[in-house]
Amino acid sequence: MSDQTNQSLAPSKPRPWKNPRVHGWVAQITLLLGVVLFFAYIFHNTQVNMQAHGISTGFSFLSQPAGFGIIQSLIPYTPASTYGRTFLVGLLNTVMISVLGIFFATIVGLIIGLARLSHNWLIAKLAAIYIETFRNIPLLLQVFFWYFAVVETMPSPRQSLHIGDVIFLNIRGVYLPEPVFGPGSGFILGALILAIIAVIFIKRWAHNRQMRTGQQFHTVWVSLGILILLPLLTFFAVGAPLTWSLPKLQGFNFTGGLAVIPELTALVIALTIYTASSIAEIVRSGILSVSHGQTEAASSLGLKRGHVMRLVVLPQALRVIIPPLTSQYLNLTKNSSLATAIGYPDLVNVFAGTTLNQTGQAVVIIAMTMGVYLSISLLISLFMNWYNHRKRLIER
Amino acid sequence: MDTFEKHPDLPPPVSEVGVIGWLRKNLFSSPSNSVMTIAALYLLYLAIPPVIKWAFIDADWVGNTRAACTSGGACWVFVGARFEQFMFGFYPQAEHWRVLLTWGIFAGLIGLLIAPRIPGKIWIGSFTLFVFPFIAYNLFHGGVFGLPVVTTSQWGGLMLTLILSTVGIVCALPLGILLALGRRSKMPILKSVCVSYIELWRGVPLITVLFMASVMLPLFLPQGVDFNKLLRALVGIALFQGAYVAEVVRGGLQAIPKGQFEAASSLGLSYAKSMVLIVLPQALKMVIPGLVVTFIELFKDTTLVSIISLLDLLGIVQAGLTDPKWLGMTVEGYVFAGLFYWAFCFGISRYSLHLERRFETGHKR
Repeated sequence: MSDQTNQSLAPSKPRPWKNPRVHGWVAQITLLLGVVLFFAYIFHNTQVNMQAHGISTGFSFLSQPAGFGIIQSLIPYTPASTYGRTFLVGLLNTVMISVLGIFFATIVGLIIGLARLSHNWLIAKLAAIYIETFRNIPLLLQVFFWYFAVVETMPSPRQSLHIGDVIFLNIRGVYLPEPVFGPGSGFILGALILAIIAVIFIKRWAHNRQMRTGQQFHTVWVSLGILILLPLLTFFAVGAPLTWSLPKLQGFNFTGGLAVIPELTALVIALTIYTASSIAEIVRSGILSVSHGQTEAASSLGLKRGHVMRLVVLPQALRVIIPPLTSQYLNLTKNSSLATAIGYPDLVNVFAGTTLNQTGQAVVIIAMTMGVYLSISLLISLFMNWYNHRKRLIER
Repeated sequence: MDTFEKHPDLPPPVSEVGVIGWLRKNLFSSPSNSVMTIAALYLLYLAIPPVIKWAFIDADWVGNTRAACTSGGACWVFVGARFEQFMFGFYPQAEHWRVLLTWGIFAGLIGLLIAPRIPGKIWIGSFTLFVFPFIAYNLFHGGVFGLPVVTTSQWGGLMLTLILSTVGIVCALPLGILLALGRRSKMPILKSVCVSYIELWRGVPLITVLFMASVMLPLFLPQGVDFNKLLRALVGIALFQGAYVAEVVRGGLQAIPKGQFEAASSLGLSYAKSMVLIVLPQALKMVIPGLVVTFIELFKDTTLVSIISLLDLLGIVQAGLTDPKWLGMTVEGYVFAGLFYWAFCFGISRYSLHLERRFETGHKR
């Protein structure tokens, strides 16, 4: 009797074809099959099409000579170099433009963001106008503007704009003095590295001592002193092995010095101005996100204004700022591919553009190009996750 | 005995109220602030008068040819002469009314949809989504009711920009919602497929996607099947944008308290019903500002199609600048295009701020 009651009370097991879990697995396996079939179909079509066009696929083309020149490369490159080297040149140029853009955009963005929070009405309004203007105009339009309307309308080399006799600005680009390091420069570098290591140790020692005894140490000034004095002393000790190569007008063009090609200038300016407007908003919202009570509490503890900012507001603001900031850096890196529109030799231009046109290896080349950007963004998201985990708010 | 007699309150010092007070408080509150104000004013003085002189006082407004530009300022004649091309591309002039009519209907429908307190919005919405696209395509392309055919290669200018961005977002929305639901699902295979899709598209620049769409798509299809460049770009944009929409929608789904899901299933609703009736309406309402931001990004990103030689607004301006009859009009062309994009994006973002305020109904605790 009791056995029977228990049995009727126990939930009846649903039939397999009515069980939601079974439904789920069937749906998932169908999906997986669909995806696999889809890729197989595409793969098959691609093979058929490539054979019809007489293109053999594979990576062997990377070792063939490229046969075209590149206006700027960080590593030695000639038209006789291979397509593999072309890829490397493009990749390095992409990295360089991203690093330059990130560096300048961070500085400009920080300044504009702080200006937007200024108590000075005029400054705050100007910063707001800057942000609203440049955020709402497509980046490509800005790149075109700086390249075709500004940089390309510079005077010819003979009528260069110049600052003193060291910096020249003309249609061929910007010419800066280039430092030339003589023998013995290695010692200066060594001294700099030594100074950095020393500073890290001093900082750690000072922190430990403050934790133990409460005594403070002028870490900032001492560190600055070591960082500047040690390399400087070494510099003079090894006989000042630094000379400057100045740009000089010879015939129709400049020789010597550090030449920055106009495409690079236009691209860096556009990327900086556009991304800075987003960074400025991120900085502002980050600082505003720290509640006023925190500032008041810090002041009531008797902290100085600088300390309130450095020890209380900034660490909390950074928690809000860093994640969107990294995604802006990522955006900038991806946006650097607009270089191709004005002919700056970045990865997309020289590899997914010229190389693809010459070899017809569409699949491999597009896959490699996408792979590069994908790895960069995955690396950055890994860093983000690590950072978020480290800086997460630990609550009671 | 003296009685206490209250004196009338003195007016506040003149330096603390009125224009002077405002100036002192907001512009000259400290020496450093005063220096900054004066520096900013000087910079404005350097920048603004020449710009106004160039754009308005010295500018040429009327004429048809380059010869009309003599006064040395901006030559708006260039923009005037090419205005129709900037708007419609190479769409035949006699057929412009079709484009205007289509956008007119679209604007009317959108107006009805966003106006408060209009009954039957669901019907208007369905009409806009499912019927209107066919009307629009037939009007644009022609070939029915005796309308002459205008091939997609003749479409261009602002018209193409608007087509790319509206079709892009309309196709990306359902894709994004499905991907977001898939990413939040507990089924491992489904989840990993959605996660890889989203991360893959979000990790690459749109340019490479467009290159892929224009170079690789023909290789992926069986031999003999081919479709035109515009459609290829649209496929690329929709697939790309879907991943971004998915991340925005996911943010909304995550903000819905677990109780809502549980309440829905305890009412006996199936997964599909609980999502459509309970979860998605709340989630989507919450992410409207985010979706608007995605739309603005898409609107700006449509300029990239000029790299695969589709002539959108920026593309056609750029093409006009290389016309030998109008060399040297670069600044005018870019300023015109920039103003257009700016007005669109700024207008939409202001509207989204307004929506945010209207929808703020208490999810903030």
